[in-house]
Amino acid sequence: MADVLERVTKIIVDRLGVDESEVKLESSFKDDLGADSLDVVELVMELEDEFGMEISDEEAEQIVTVGDAVNYIQSKL
Amino acid sequence: MLSGKTALVTGGSRGIGRAIAIDLAKNGADVAVNYSGNEEKANEVVKEIESLGRKAFAIRANVANADEVNSMVNEVIERFGRLDILVNNAGITKDNLLMRMKESEWDDVININLKGVFNCTKAVTRQMMKQRSGRIINIASIVGIAGNAGQANYVAAKAGIIGLTKTTAKELAGRNITVNAVAPGFISTDMTDQLPEQIRNEMLKQIPLGRFGEPNDIANMVTFIASDKSSYMTGQTLCLDGGMVMY
Ligand SMILES: NC(=O)c1ccc[n+]([C@@H]2O[C@H](COP(=O)([O-])OP(=O)(O)OC[C@H]3O[C@@H](n4cnc5c(N)ncnc54)[C@H](OP(=O)(O)O)[C@@H]3O)[C@@H](O)[C@H]2O)c1
Repeated sequence: MADVLERVTKIIVDRLGVDESEVKLESSFKDDLGADSLDVVELVMELEDEFGMEISDEEAEQIVTVGDAVNYIQSKL
Repeated sequence: MLSGKTALVTGGSRGIGRAIAIDLAKNGADVAVNYSGNEEKANEVVKEIESLGRKAFAIRANVANADEVNSMVNEVIERFGRLDILVNNAGITKDNLLMRMKESEWDDVININLKGVFNCTKAVTRQMMKQRSGRIINIASIVGIAGNAGQANYVAAKAGIIGLTKTTAKELAGRNITVNAVAPGFISTDMTDQLPEQIRNEMLKQIPLGRFGEPNDIANMVTFIASDKSSYMTGQTLCLDGGMVMY
C-alpha cells in the first residue's frame, strides 16, 4: 500500500505540479488537485506505464480520487 | 525542415497521399505508408522514399476498423520510436443522388472517410500527448464547405472532418498538438480520372486559376503544416482549390 501510494503520489506531483502534502487519499483529482479532464486521462496513462497494466476507459472513468487510483492498482497487482 | 520527425500517412499508396508521403520524406521525415489493398503501389512509394535516404515501410490497415488502426499505430511507434505527424488522407467516393443512394454507399463512405479519421486520431493521441508535441493533418475537401450534388455521403463526411478538426484542436492544444485540415478542390488523381470528360470541363470553368490541381499542390501545404513553421496555427481548414470557393 505505502509503496503504491508513494509511486502514485510522485506521478501526481510531477504531472499536476502540486505539493506532496496536498496529495491525500481522499483528494479528488479535479476538485482538489486542479486537474482538468485531459490531465486525468494523462495521469491514467502514466499509471498504466508505471505499473505495467492496462486500464480500460470504463474503469478509468471510476477513478476520481487518489484513493480510487491506489485501490484500483492494488487490486490488479 | 522535418529531419528527425516521423510520419504516418493513411492512403499513402496512391494519388494525394503518395505525393504527401514523398514530400514529407524529401523534407527529412521517415514515413509509414498505409494502404488498404494496393500493396504493390505502397511498396513503390516506400522504394521511392528509401531512394531519398529516408526510412519507410508499407503497412496495411482499413482505417474504418479500429482494431486494425490500433495495431498499425502500435507498429509504427515500435518501429520508429516516436510519431510526430499523422496525415489522415485515406478516402473513397461512392457518388449517387440522395434519392438513389443505398444505405451501404452512405455507410462505406462515412466509415472510411470520417470514422477513419476518428480512429487514427484517437490511436495516435496517447503517443503525441506523451511527446508533448504533434501534428495531425486531415484531408477534407472543398465540397465539405460548399456542398455538391451527387455526393451526400462524401460531403457529410468531409464536413464532419472539418468539425472534428476544430474539436480535436481545442482538446489537444494544451499538449502542443496542432490539428488542421486541408480542403483540396479538383486534384488530378485516380479518384477524379473516373469522372466523365464533360463534367471535368464544367469543373474547369469554375476554377479561377484555370487548371486542375496536382497532388503536389496539396503535399507542399501538408509539409508546411507538418513543420515548426506552422506552430501558431490550429483548428483551421485551408482551401487549396485554385480559387473555386472563397469565404
Ligand atoms: N482528388 C481530388 O480531387 C480530391 C479533392 C478533394 C479531396 N480529396 C481527398 O484526398 C484524399 C486522397 O484522394 P485521392 O484523390 O488521392 O484518392 P485515390 O487516388 O483514390 O487514393 C486513395 C488512397 O486511399 C487509400 N484507401 C482507400 N480506402 C482505404 C481504407 N479503407 N483504409 C486505408 N486506406 C484506404 C487507397 O489505398 P489503396 O491504394 O490500397 O487502395 C489510396 O492510397 C481523399 O481523402 C479524398 O477524399 C481528393
